Amino acid sequence: MNKKVLLIEDEPNIIEAISFILSRDGWDVKTHANGHDAMDAVRDRAADLIILDVMLPGRSGFDILKDIRADGALSDTPVLMLTARGQDKDREMAARVGANRFMTKPFSNADVLEAVRSMVAT
Amino acid sequence: MASLNVLVLVCLIYVIFLFAVAFAADRAALHGRGAWLRSPIVYTLSLSIYCTAWTFYGAVGFAARSGLEYVTIYLGPTLVMIGWWWTLRKMVRIGRSQRITSIADLISSRYGKSNSLAVFVTVLAVIGTTPYIALQLQSVTLSFSIFAETDMISGGPSSQQSTAFWVASGLAVFTILFGTRNLDANERHHGVVMAIALEAVVKLFALLAVGVFVVWGLSGGVAETLAQIDASPISQFEVTNSRWIGLTMLSAAAFICLPRMFQVMVVENEDEGHLRTASWAFPAYLMAMSLFVVPIAAVGLERLPADANPDLFVLTLPLQEGRDGLAILSFLGGFSSATSMVIVAAIALSTMVSNHIVMPIWLWMSGESAMVSGDVRSVALLARRLSIAGIVFLGYLYFRVSGGGAALAAIGLISFVGVAQFLPSLMGGLFWRGANRVGAIAGLVVGAMVWMYSLFLPSFGDTVFLPQQVIENGLFGLSWLRPQALFGAEGLDPIVHAVMWSLLLNTFVFFVVSLLSFPRPIERLQGAQFVNVFQHSGTAGSWSGGLAQSEDLLIMSQRIMGASEAQALFAGAARHQGIAGLLPEPTPDFLQQLERELSGSVGAATAHAMISQIVGGATVSVEDLMAVADETAQIMEYSSRLEAKTEEQARTARQLREANEKLTQLSVQKDAFLSQISHELRTPMTSIRAFSEIMRDTEGLTEDEQNKYSSIIHDEAVRLTRLLDDLLDLSVLENAQVVLNWQTGNLSEVLDRAISAAGVNEPGFKVDRIRAKEQLELRSDLDRLAQVFINVISNARKYCDASDPVLRIRSKQSGGNLIVDFIDNGSGIPTDKQALIFEKFSRIGETKAGGAGLGLAICREVMARLSGTITYLPGQNGAAFRVTIPIDVEAAKAAE
Amino acid sequence: MSPKQRRMPVFVERKTYRRRRMADGARMLPILGALLFCMPLLWAVSSPPKTTVTMFYLFLVWIALSVTSAIISRHLHDDDNGSQSDAENGGR
Repeated sequence: MNKKVLLIEDEPNIIEAISFILSRDGWDVKTHANGHDAMDAVRDRAADLIILDVMLPGRSGFDILKDIRADGALSDTPVLMLTARGQDKDREMAARVGANRFMTKPFSNADVLEAVRSMVAT
Repeated sequence: MASLNVLVLVCLIYVIFLFAVAFAADRAALHGRGAWLRSPIVYTLSLSIYCTAWTFYGAVGFAARSGLEYVTIYLGPTLVMIGWWWTLRKMVRIGRSQRITSIADLISSRYGKSNSLAVFVTVLAVIGTTPYIALQLQSVTLSFSIFAETDMISGGPSSQQSTAFWVASGLAVFTILFGTRNLDANERHHGVVMAIALEAVVKLFALLAVGVFVVWGLSGGVAETLAQIDASPISQFEVTNSRWIGLTMLSAAAFICLPRMFQVMVVENEDEGHLRTASWAFPAYLMAMSLFVVPIAAVGLERLPADANPDLFVLTLPLQEGRDGLAILSFLGGFSSATSMVIVAAIALSTMVSNHIVMPIWLWMSGESAMVSGDVRSVALLARRLSIAGIVFLGYLYFRVSGGGAALAAIGLISFVGVAQFLPSLMGGLFWRGANRVGAIAGLVVGAMVWMYSLFLPSFGDTVFLPQQVIENGLFGLSWLRPQALFGAEGLDPIVHAVMWSLLLNTFVFFVVSLLSFPRPIERLQGAQFVNVFQHSGTAGSWSGGLAQSEDLLIMSQRIMGASEAQALFAGAARHQGIAGLLPEPTPDFLQQLERELSGSVGAATAHAMISQIVGGATVSVEDLMAVADETAQIMEYSSRLEAKTEEQARTARQLREANEKLTQLSVQKDAFLSQISHELRTPMTSIRAFSEIMRDTEGLTEDEQNKYSSIIHDEAVRLTRLLDDLLDLSVLENAQVVLNWQTGNLSEVLDRAISAAGVNEPGFKVDRIRAKEQLELRSDLDRLAQVFINVISNARKYCDASDPVLRIRSKQSGGNLIVDFIDNGSGIPTDKQALIFEKFSRIGETKAGGAGLGLAICREVMARLSGTITYLPGQNGAAFRVTIPIDVEAAKAAE
Repeated sequence: MSPKQRRMPVFVERKTYRRRRMADGARMLPILGALLFCMPLLWAVSSPPKTTVTMFYLFLVWIALSVTSAIISRHLHDDDNGSQSDAENGGR
C-alpha cells in the first residue's frame, strides 16, 4: 500500500512538479492550495507525511504546523517544510514549531525524494 | 463806641444764624428739597473761600504797602476761571467720574492709586495750611482786640489767646457738626456750602459797604477819592515785573492746588454746568472784592495815625469815624472770611488725613476683620472728626507758638508756594499720559525741599531753624546754596525766587524722572482715563447718540471678534431692524445679542462691563477700553505665540515620531522585501529547476507532458524576467531617467486598454464605469498612464475580498486636472497601512499572493513623472485610489 | 429712523461747529487776559504810570473779560445742556 503524502502549496507549477516526482516514486499524493482550511485537509487525509509550504495564502505554514503538533492524533506526523525565503530565521522558526525537515526552494528533485523517503521509514 | 459785649452778642447771633442755615440746608438736601442749594450761584459763592481774612483785611494792608500789586492775588484766579475750559473742566469731570475726595486723592488716583504719594501730598498740604489757619485765628483775635482797645476793657495778650482758643473751638465744633454729618461717597456737604455762600455774601457786602463809605462818606466822591490816591504814597504804579508776573502765576497755581479750593471747586461740585456760570461770575466777584481796596488804603494812610496797622484799615477806619454799625459789619465780613476758610480747609485736610493716613494705619493694625465687620464707617467718621479737631488745634498751636507777629500777607504767600508744588504733578497728570508715579514723587520731594529751604524755614526768622550763617553763606558754606539766592540768583524777591526755583526744579525732575522710569499697568490705565476723560462723553449733538454708540460698539467688537465677523453681525442686526447700512440702533435686543457674542471671546463679565461702559457712558472711556483691549490682545498674542511654539514643538515631535516609526517600518519592510524578492525569484526558479530536472531525468515522457513542462519552464522564465523588469523600471523611474512619450488621447480609451490588459473581463469581477463621463481629452504619456491604471485595477482584482467584487471607476474634470477614482467594495486598506502602500517593496498582506510589492511604488513614480498624483482615498468603504492627471501635461510642466 | 430725523445732523453740524469755535474762544481767553494784565508792565518801562490810571485800566479789562467769558460760556452752556440731556435719554 502506498504511503500517503499531503502537499500544501499554493504555486500550481510547484504542486505539479512535486506531485509528478512523488507519484513516480510510488506515493499517493494529495494536494491542497491554501492556508485557510489546510487543517481540515490535514485531518481528512490522515497522511503519513505532510509537505508544507511556509508562505500560503490565508495562513502561514508555521501556524498550520503548530496546530498539527498540538493535535493529539496528528502530532507525530512527520512534516517537511518548504520555503522560498532562504533565511536562517525561517529555519530556526521551523525547527521550533516542530518541523522534521526544512528545505529551501529551489531544490533538486533527488533531494526531495531522499528527504521524503528518509522521513517515512518503511 | 461799640461795646465788646455788643460785638460778642452780634457775633454769637451770626454764628447761630449760620448754624441754622447749615442745618436747614442739610435737612433740605436730605429730603431732596431745595433745588436752590444746587444753583450755580451758590457754587460760585462757595468758591469765594479763596478770599480769606488775609484778603479781606490783608489786601488793604498789601495795597497800603505796595500799591496795586495786591491785585495779582486776584488776577491769577481770574485767569484760571476764565480759562476753565482748559483745566477746571477736566478736573471737575475727573473728580466726578473718579469719585475723587481730595487733591491728594486726585494725585494718588492718577498715579496708580499710590498711597505713598497721597501721604506725601497730605503732609505737604497740612504743613502748608496750618500757618494759614493760624493766620485766620490771628486775624479774628486782632480784630477783636481792636474793639477791645477802643472799648478800654482790654485784657492784654492772654485774653487774645483765649479769644483764639474759643474761636478755634467753635470752628472745630461747627466743622465737625456739618462737615462729618454724612460719609457720602461724593463727600458733599450742603450745609457747609450754604453757610459759606452766605458768608461770601456777607464779606463782599461788608467790604463794599466800607468802600462806599470811604469813597462817598469820607472822601466825598469818586473824583476826590482819585485825587486822594494821587496824593498818597501809593500814587505810582511801581511794581517789579518779576513780582507782578510771579505773583499772578503763584496765585493762579494756588487757586488750583489749594486743598480747600479743590474741596469746593471739585468735590462739592453738583453739576459741571455750574463751572460755566462761575467762569464769569467768580472773576466778577473777585473784581468787586478788590474794587475799593486802593481807595480804602489811600484814605486809611491819610486819615489814620502812621503807626496804625494797615492790615486792619477796613476795621479801624469806620471805628475811627464812629460808624460802629459799619465797623461791626466789617468785623463780620472778616469773621466770615476767616471762619469759612478754616471750616473748608479743615474738612478738606481731615478728609485727606483720615483717608490716606489714619484709615490705612487703622486697617493695617486691625487686619482684615474690620473690613468684614463693617464698622469701617464709624471709624472713618471718628477719624474724620479727630482729624478736624487736630488740624484746627494745630493751627491754634502754630498761632500760639509763632506769637502772631508776622505781617499777614507774607505767611499767606509762603503757604501758596507750598501748595503750588502740587501743580506739576497735577497738570502733568491731567494732560500727559507719560507722567508717572515715580516722577510725581520725585518732583514733589524736590519742590517741597526747595520750598522748605528757601522760603518756609527762613520765614521763621533768621535764627529759628536755619542758622544765620547758612542764610548768609549758604549750606556747608557753599555760596550757591544760600537759601534766598540759590545758584547765585541774587537780588530776587524771596517769594519770586522760591517760586521760580521750586517750581522749575519740581517740573524738571518730575518730567525727567517720568521719562526715565516705567509706570505700572494701573498707572497707565489711570493715566489714560484721566487724560482722555472727555473722549467717552462725546461732544457731538443728540443725533449721534444712537449711531455713535453703535459705532463705538462696532469698533470695539471688531477688535475683539475680528473685523469681518463683527461687521457681519452688525449688518445683520441692522437688516433685521430694517435699517440700511452697517450700524443698527443699540436696542436692548441687539445689545444682548452683542453681549452674548462678545462673551464668547472675552467672557461674560468683561463683555457686560465693556458694553455698559459704552452704552451707559460710565467712567471708563472707549479709548481706555481700547487701550486695555490692545494690551490684552498683545498679551493674548504673546501667549498664543507661545502656544503656537509649544504646538510646533509637539508637531515636530510627532513628525519625528512618525518618521521614526516609518523608518522602523521601512526597515521591517526591507527585511520583508528581501524575503519577498527571494521568494519571488525562488518560486519560478523552483518550478524551472524541478521541471528541467524532470525533463532531464525522466524517461518516457509523453509529448504532451514535454510540451506542458517546457511551457511551464518558459512561463516561469518570463515571470522572472518581468520581475527583474519591474525592479529595473522602478529604479529608472526613481532616477528620473525615464523617457516619456507624449500623446493626445481619450481617457475612456486608456481605461479600456487598462481593463483588458489587467485581465478583469472575467465573470465574478464587475467593473462599474460611466463612459459618458470619461470622454475627456488629455495629453500625457498614455502608455505609462495605462500602466498605472492596470496596476490599480489588478490590485483591486487581487485584493478585493468582497464576495461579489465590484470596482467603480469614476472620472471627472476639476480645473486643469482629470480625476479618476478607483473604488472597490472590499474591506479596504487598514489605516495604519495606508501610509506605506506606496512605498517600494510593500505588500498589504504578508500572506497574500501577488506581485513583489512594487506596483504602487511604480505607480507613484510614474504619476510624479506625469505631473500628477496617485493617492489613497480613505473613508470610501473599500480600497479607493485617486489618480489626478493634468489635462495637458506640457502646459502643467510649463506652469511649474 | 425716519428720513426726517436723518436730516437733523446737517443742522446740528452747524451748531456743533459754532460750539467748537466757542470752545476755541474759551481756550484763548485766559491767554488774552494774561497779556492784557501784563500791559501796565510795559508802560512802567519809561516812567511808572499813575496808580489811578492803571487801576481803571485793570478793572476795565477785568470787567471785559468777565463779560466775554459770560458770553462764551453761555453759548457753550446752551448747547451742552441740550446734548447732555439727550445723551442721557439715549443712553438709558
